[in-house]
Amino acid sequence: MVEATAAPGATRVDLGALWVAPPLIALAVLFLYPLTLIAHAAAYDASDALNMAAAWQTLNSRAFVNALINTAEIALASTAGSLALGVVLALIISFVPFPGATFVARLIDTFIALPTFLATLAFTFLYGSAGILNGALMQTFHLSDPPVNFLYSSWGVILAEVTVYSPFVLRPLLAAFSLVDQSQIEVASLLGARTWRIIRQIILPAALPAAIAGGSLCLLLTVNEFGIVLFIGAKGVITLPLLIYDKAIQESDYQAACVIALVNIALSLGLFTLYRLAARRLGA
Amino acid sequence: MSVAAFVDQAAILAGAGEAQGVASTVAFDGVSVAYRGAVVLKPLTLDVAAGEILAMIGPSGSGKTTALRAVAGFVKPAGGRIRIGGQDVTDTPPHARGLAMVVQNYALFPHMRVFDNVAFGLHARGAAKALIDERVTHALGVVGMSQYAKRYPRELSGGQQQRVAIARALAVRPKVLLLDEPLSALDAQIRRAMVEEIARLHAELPDLTILYVTHDQSEALTLADRIAILKDGALNAVGRTGELYRRPPNRFAAEFLGRANLLPVVVDADADASGFVAVRAGDHRLVVAGSHERTGAKRLLCVRPQNLTFAADAVHVNRLVGVVREVLWQGELTHLVAEVGGALMRVVATKVADLPSRGETLEMFFAPADASLIAEDAVG
Repeated sequence: MVEATAAPGATRVDLGALWVAPPLIALAVLFLYPLTLIAHAAAYDASDALNMAAAWQTLNSRAFVNALINTAEIALASTAGSLALGVVLALIISFVPFPGATFVARLIDTFIALPTFLATLAFTFLYGSAGILNGALMQTFHLSDPPVNFLYSSWGVILAEVTVYSPFVLRPLLAAFSLVDQSQIEVASLLGARTWRIIRQIILPAALPAAIAGGSLCLLLTVNEFGIVLFIGAKGVITLPLLIYDKAIQESDYQAACVIALVNIALSLGLFTLYRLAARRLGA
Repeated sequence: MSVAAFVDQAAILAGAGEAQGVASTVAFDGVSVAYRGAVVLKPLTLDVAAGEILAMIGPSGSGKTTALRAVAGFVKPAGGRIRIGGQDVTDTPPHARGLAMVVQNYALFPHMRVFDNVAFGLHARGAAKALIDERVTHALGVVGMSQYAKRYPRELSGGQQQRVAIARALAVRPKVLLLDEPLSALDAQIRRAMVEEIARLHAELPDLTILYVTHDQSEALTLADRIAILKDGALNAVGRTGELYRRPPNRFAAEFLGRANLLPVVVDADADASGFVAVRAGDHRLVVAGSHERTGAKRLLCVRPQNLTFAADAVHVNRLVGVVREVLWQGELTHLVAEVGGALMRVVATKVADLPSRGETLEMFFAPADASLIAEDAVG
């Protein structure tokens, strides 16, 4: 048998491999280079001297620890709230026939397209110190101070984030619920199952991958949320993104800002990795 | 769990009419169904006896599935009442009707193992663990799936999944088992095997009332004690399977339930008390089953293809002569199509010594008892 062999010295260039270059260049310019700069700035002080002690001091500071705890608490609570609200809304829209269900779903969808601070602005008008609710209560009960103050606390941030991010859970859940085999629900009901058992044992397990995917995305976005926290301006509610902003813009402490930014990036990438693993495992 | 407690649990379920052996009737009393004003099931009155298999057959859109879904409680009748075991269940929600259902796509719960699928209904009805274990083990044994209890539905073939679906339905000991085209998703070979399995199952559980919806007349003929034929949302014919097949009341029933040769004839003499009547088809004078027939009445003579033979004998005394138009050899069977006075007659034979050719003259014989008369205007 004769085998074809390449002539010695002849090299074949696979031009198809060049297609990998544009995305690699874009990745390097837009992500890796800035990341390297941040990593460098985190390790070197203003005089460009290696100063790991300063970086360590930032990580041990009370402000950083508090911000980390606040970030985790708010993100987890907002995600849990978004999941709960998203599941309830998706169940109602999908399984409780009412006129205009599709319109309601589309309306909720539009939240995804709106800037995050818009909900906060609306909340300020509704629940703020000079908002409609406080105005009405103060007038009705002749109060001198606004009685509703939750907006300027972690709860205000969580409520705003739940409002903004629920559609991120709702959308995949609606898609998953639309794929639930109606005959499974019918057979289950004929076997004696009531509504709650059907939801618990038939519908929700079928939608679990979608809930995990939506919830993970929600968690990822809430960890990095900046606009809502800044706009509400709640006293004592400082999250990692807000602390980075404070350090960099207000205090011009770029090394500390970059150290915290690295932690924020690690947190985001870790969550994203978990999200991908969960999504792959559950087929989302 | 103690024996007494076990018995108590069984009694609780039996009290709900779920004990095996408590056969239930089903009665449609003028049941009609409409969707947005469009009537899809015209007032249907039909009784299903306890322990009976009633097959509802008909083409797509005939209303057979709608009737079944009305029994299940998935559609609310626009009129009429539905009674199960004599009890009016028209306004009873599905979960409280004490029924079970097997559907075309099995509808197994994909995230549950086979055991949990079968146990689902028992859990939903609040049965104790010992009773659940006993019932699930028994139901899986009945359908021959005991060794697959720990598998997920995705790890089973279509036929195995359908067996699990049947076991799940049987485990709750339903008053009535509803089967909605349960074999339609299976290939022909497995379908034939499953039809035989369902027949065996009913032989083992003779008190189980089954309402079986299908568009496959062979499934209905194999399994059903009685058949109800629906057409355009209305009951077209109902009767005991053999009788309906041998003596279809109208053209639609004759042609939908198996193949039928329909030959226009004229009654030659008034029917007498013998149950037979003489008719004429062109030059052919024939004697067929019939009563209350009047001389000169126009009728359709209905004779099944397998009841025609190529040789006369003491039984096959009616003779038709035609011209062969088609000869179709199908292995086990040979189909011959012959033209008799403008009408096409099909003959199905298992053995034909010398196959006739197209254009040849063919003599066909049939017994008077194998043919019946259908009123020409009773087109169904």
